[in-house]
Amino acid sequence: MTKSELIQRLSEKNPHLYLRDVEKIVDTIFEEITRALASGDRVELRGFGAFSVKEREARTGRNPRTGEKVSVDAKRLPFFKTGKALREKLNEGHGSR
Amino acid sequence: MANRTLTRADIAEALYEQVGLSRNESADLVESVLDEIAQTLVGGEAVKISSFGSFSLREKGERVGRNPKTGVEVPISPRKVVVFRASHVLKDHINEKGA
Repeated sequence: MTKSELIQRLSEKNPHLYLRDVEKIVDTIFEEITRALASGDRVELRGFGAFSVKEREARTGRNPRTGEKVSVDAKRLPFFKTGKALREKLNEGHGSR
Repeated sequence: MANRTLTRADIAEALYEQVGLSRNESADLVESVLDEIAQTLVGGEAVKISSFGSFSLREKGERVGRNPKTGVEVPISPRKVVVFRASHVLKDHINEKGA
């Protein structure tokens, strides 16, 4: 499913909303998550999952082809941890527990 | 850097302010979007949100685990896990520290 398919499906389920409003809603949700992560905040959507940012320190890496040393800058990386309810739903009917 | 936690309520508030829906409907729509993504994943389909990232599924095979307390070996059943890959746009946003 792509973002436009998501918008399409939501729009079918909410016939009282204009398509452009559904687009704005979906965009706003992901923009808010992005903005929070960009300012170093966590995003916790209980049952679905949590987004966080991890810091990676600067390090000296190596070009695997030439063996040359290169310095890699410190950076921040986004992470997602699946929520408990979603994790369980994915594995329903798999038995054992 | 503030280090707060953004929740469903904060996102719903943003919809209320920026889209002009009622507070109730804003909250319902946040839930609908998350449900739609979750149900798609449960149905075995990946979800790609352009300029944000993609959620895909990985099947993990059965393996043997061990109860750390008793040392007893137990089989861990095969399971599906969600893998999130952030898009370059998202990674770039996170790394521009307003410099």
